[in-house]
Amino acid sequence: MFKIIKRENLVPNIHLIKIHAPKIAEKCKPGQFVIIMPDEKGERIPLSIADWDKEEGTITSVFLVVGTSTFKLSRLNAGDSIPSFVGPLGRASEIDNFGTVVCVGGCYGIGAIYPIVKALKEKGNEVITLIDVRSKYLLYWEEKLKKASDEFIVSSRDGSYGFNGYAPEALKDLIQKEKIDRVIVVGCTYLMYKCSETTKPYKIKTTVSLNPIMVDGTGMCGACRVKIGEETKFACVDGPEFDGHSVDWEELFARRKFYFDDEILSLCEWEKRLI
Amino acid sequence: MKEKELYREEFEKEWRKELRKSIPVKERMKIPRQKMPEREPEERIKYFKEVNLGLTEDQAVEEAKRCLDCANPQCIKGCPVRIDIPTFIKLIEKGKFVEAAKKIKETNSLPAICGRVCPQEIQCEKECTMKKATGVPIAIGNLERFVADYERETGKVDIPEIAPSTGKKVAIIGSGPAGLTVAGELIKKGHQVTIFEALHKPGGVLVYGIPEFRLPKHILNAEIDYLRRMGVEIITDFVVGMTATIEDLKEEGYEAFFIGTGAGLPNFMRIEGENLVGVYSANEYLTRVNLMKAYEFPEYDTPVYKGKRVAVIGGGNVAMDAVRTAKRLGAERAMIIYRRSKAEMPARVEEIKHAEEEGIEFHFLTNPIRYIGDKNNRLIAMECIKMELGEPDASGRRRPIPIKGSEFKMEVDMVVVAIGQSPNPLIPKTTPQIKVGKWGNIEVDWETMQTSMEGVYAGGDIVRGGATVILAMGDGRRAAQSIDRYLKDKR
Ligand SMILES: Cc1cc2nc3c(=O)[nH]c(=O)nc-3n(C[C@H](O)[C@H](O)[C@H](O)COP(=O)(O)OP(=O)(O)OC[C@H]3O[C@@H](n4cnc5c(N)ncnc54)[C@H](O)[C@@H]3O)c2cc1C
Ligand SMILES: Cc1cc2nc3c(=O)[nH]c(=O)nc-3n(C[C@H](O)[C@H](O)[C@H](O)COP(=O)(O)OP(=O)(O)OC[C@H]3O[C@@H](n4cnc5c(N)ncnc54)[C@H](O)[C@@H]3O)c2cc1C
Ligand code: FES
Repeated sequence: MFKIIKRENLVPNIHLIKIHAPKIAEKCKPGQFVIIMPDEKGERIPLSIADWDKEEGTITSVFLVVGTSTFKLSRLNAGDSIPSFVGPLGRASEIDNFGTVVCVGGCYGIGAIYPIVKALKEKGNEVITLIDVRSKYLLYWEEKLKKASDEFIVSSRDGSYGFNGYAPEALKDLIQKEKIDRVIVVGCTYLMYKCSETTKPYKIKTTVSLNPIMVDGTGMCGACRVKIGEETKFACVDGPEFDGHSVDWEELFARRKFYFDDEILSLCEWEKRLI
Repeated sequence: MKEKELYREEFEKEWRKELRKSIPVKERMKIPRQKMPEREPEERIKYFKEVNLGLTEDQAVEEAKRCLDCANPQCIKGCPVRIDIPTFIKLIEKGKFVEAAKKIKETNSLPAICGRVCPQEIQCEKECTMKKATGVPIAIGNLERFVADYERETGKVDIPEIAPSTGKKVAIIGSGPAGLTVAGELIKKGHQVTIFEALHKPGGVLVYGIPEFRLPKHILNAEIDYLRRMGVEIITDFVVGMTATIEDLKEEGYEAFFIGTGAGLPNFMRIEGENLVGVYSANEYLTRVNLMKAYEFPEYDTPVYKGKRVAVIGGGNVAMDAVRTAKRLGAERAMIIYRRSKAEMPARVEEIKHAEEEGIEFHFLTNPIRYIGDKNNRLIAMECIKMELGEPDASGRRRPIPIKGSEFKMEVDMVVVAIGQSPNPLIPKTTPQIKVGKWGNIEVDWETMQTSMEGVYAGGDIVRGGATVILAMGDGRRAAQSIDRYLKDKR
């Protein structure tokens, strides 16, 4: 059993969860993820590691409530336990001195991009953090990210804060203004897709952190297979980060929708049990 | 050989002599093989309850009487771990079921499992004298299962004697049959044993792969409880190589290692459309159903697609398990697509028979060449080609060759690819000192099961590629002996 140290509602529908897992905290690197089961009957779901503390022995993730598992997680509190928490999984982000790097984070990726921003900055890059939100009230970790980056930009789709528009448009502006050596995107699939489309004509290497459906997270099942160029890769062991210009996005979108009907059924059943 | 002398000693015992004399050989040969009761096919395809129900006590004794107690028993030679088969069978004939179970456990620590999943027809039962004489071997597997179940169900499982603590720590990586066996052996010798398992439940293939209808989980759980009661520590959710490497564990004081990480990497055919929605690897499909209990969705949260026209590619035990699972989850057509003919199928004979009874369709000499999807990337059909058998290949089986122009389409909404697994690459990747072979299998000295790294041993599927439970256990026993010796010499 793993103990929950903290669970906090950051902004509507997005929560933070901090778990006692000293072994994982000892080993983890930016870009890696964990697999978590909210309860004995739950699903194994992957969550990116958004922060960790070696001294405290804790791992922090940020998640968006979309279905049964994330719903269940959002109802847990400090002191509760979860039956399964395994990691760190996946390959770490490539951290090097690239020059000027734009780190794009949206949704849960606002949290998950944080360790990458920090590590890139430490390596001497000029780090521009670009955060995508629908509206200002959905922004979190602003101070934390600002401190870790050289430049911090928020783009809001309703114009309530910072750049007025969708993050890929803000990204395009940036590219036209200055020389960008690399782009890294963490967040929902559509944001990663759109950012990759944006940078493609400029041939700027763009890394995306893919989020296909997973089961074991150790390369044993192949649920997470994604097509990268001509090759099929297992995102849990070969990724989760891949070159956004080589990803077969159509396939990824389709594979993520595999269980759509079941997911709705599962959520309805769970909600019934709550009443 | 010492082993042989032991069998001989048992054979010469007075009670054995008397028992042999009590029924004439001719009479023994007249007794028909006892048929194990099983659930009716129409019933059992509605749920996941175990198909076989086990012999009754009377049946077991009757079956034991069939055994001629040969002076030179061939069955033992067919058993990869050399169980003293005649002795345990004769103990059954005497009604000493618990003693019979203990006898088996001297060499095989998981009889309730092996009795259910070993391919007896190509091992002990193949060599049985009665098979040669009458064509019908003694039901050794069913008897093994019977005594193990009897011992467990009557609560007569004793914790064996544990040697005084040696203070040495051993790390076992992977909790499949290989790892469980090593753990059981080394704890008895007084070492401090910890099993590290990547998944959230121990058991390896026995928990995530082999379905409930063939190996009920409570049987595996009883074995795991038994290890825990002996003092084995099991740490789940721990991926060696990621959560900690072998080097890290060394620093924590572990002095010897056993790698039993299995053949977990699913093979695909690399044909068009394999990533369509609706195409599964057998590992994913079976893991969802067995480990995550998707057959009880939505009571359990993990979903699995319930295909109506399901094609399972392959002809081994994994394919049989997948296709029979699909049938139980409501498939109207559950089909095996196999590129060779029935004679070459590697699955256990009993599984093939059960599958046939359950209405599974078999398409032999057929191979898929591409999968076809609709505009939403969902599988709707597959194209196959007919095959013919040519010259024998390296495995001794005749090589299947595609017949030109024989392509045809089949409507399917789900495919399960069960064409084999490769050794799990995680440990070799994170511990480069460990030498691997051409197929990614860890190389060992077959006498001692030691890898190229001192103090690190390996066995089971990670060494052999996809093999069997009993071979994994055999490796585990040998490795345990070497590890014990290594630790004692080190002192
Ligand atoms: C490497 C990786 C890192 C991720 N990091 C985060 C993170 O830090 N924060 C976060 O909120 N989300 C993250 N995700 C996505 C997260 O795993 C899913 O949102 C979660 O599994 C949904 O589960 P659910 O039961 O709540 O919803 P469900 O009802 O099961 O599904 C809702 C939607 O989530 C997607 N989904 C379902 N199951 C999975 C699964 N096992 N793996 C991936 N996607 C799935 C599906 O596309 C589905 O449409 C990550 C995914 C991956 C692969
Ligand atoms: C569906 C199916 C049906 C089968 N049916 C039969 C049958 O009827 N009869 C028969 O004899 N054989 C059968 N087999 C084969 C048999 O199950 C295997 O040969 C046997 O389980 C191998 O045992 P093992 O201990 O080597 O590995 P496994 O049982 O594969 O166990 C390996 C374990 O190691 C864990 N692991 C892997 N990497 C790590 C790591 N880095 N850190 C920690 N843990 C790790 C895995 O999660 C797994 O639990 C079947 C196999 C399958 C898949
Ligand atoms: S999640 Fe199973 S192989 Fe990647």
